[in-house]
Amino acid sequence: MSDSQATAAAAHGHGAYMEESPYAIPSRKLTMWLFIISDAVTFGAVLMAYGYLRVASSDWPTPFKFSPSILNVMIMTFVLITSSLTMLGAVDSAKLGDKAKTSRFLWSTVLLGAIFAGLHIREWLGMIGEGVRLFQNPWGSSLFGATFFCITGLHLLHVFCGIIAIIVVARKFANGSLTAGHVETTGLYWHFVDLVWMFVVPLIYLTNIQH
Amino acid sequence: MALAPKSPNVIAKYLPIYFLLLAIAGIEFFVAFRITSTTALLTLLLGFAVCSAALALLFFMHLVEERRALFFSLIPATIFVLLMMNMIWSDSYRLLRMKPFPH
Repeated sequence: MSDSQATAAAAHGHGAYMEESPYAIPSRKLTMWLFIISDAVTFGAVLMAYGYLRVASSDWPTPFKFSPSILNVMIMTFVLITSSLTMLGAVDSAKLGDKAKTSRFLWSTVLLGAIFAGLHIREWLGMIGEGVRLFQNPWGSSLFGATFFCITGLHLLHVFCGIIAIIVVARKFANGSLTAGHVETTGLYWHFVDLVWMFVVPLIYLTNIQH
Repeated sequence: MALAPKSPNVIAKYLPIYFLLLAIAGIEFFVAFRITSTTALLTLLLGFAVCSAALALLFFMHLVEERRALFFSLIPATIFVLLMMNMIWSDSYRLLRMKPFPH
């Protein structure tokens, strides 16, 4: 640092040399966006790998019947999109400073996320009950189980992490140790989980329907 | 006694996008049972998924309200990476099916 810069820093503080953010958003929000992008690439990789295996295998199973599998997935989709709506409510209420309403919306999101996870586990148990394992199944290509459990499992892991994060944020926002910015950043993550599901459903379930 | 100020309905402005996303999901389920050609179905479903993702990104994740610099820094680069990965995956599959090198 030159003498003139040092003098200016002493007069105005180090903040005088900090550039304005080109995106005009807090660093935690930018960090979450960068995480989301890297996670999107991860999901993109597994979904593309699945796509190639699906198209290249002549004996790929198409086991999903309307009931119970597709019906279950329809309910899961409805629950997850609704949980995004309650998360939006939490973010906007937090910005308005309405702690009670924010808390109600956040706990509603947790509840909907838990319902989604429960339905997901029910779906897994149904598949396991039909004889699907990681490297074997009664119908065809042995890779079906590996791709199904890997992709849906990775998404379920994100849901569990999201539920835990929202519980922590709900408690800490209520006692004043976290701000509306934290609620917004958690909301970004939760919407991303919803966004990934929009690709998982058509690729994993809807292209493998039993006609 | 003065009435407490009524808190605004914060989710009302998101309801059109919410119902649009539900409608797209409903159409996806409907066409999945109507179309039997895997290629046609996959193309259509991916198109719907991209539309849903764009709506979620722009309105639920508020990307439409951020500076354009954020959008142009994140989204085109991600699409480029995904497209390049698409090239690599097809090549890896070709290598998997190739015969061993002749001795």
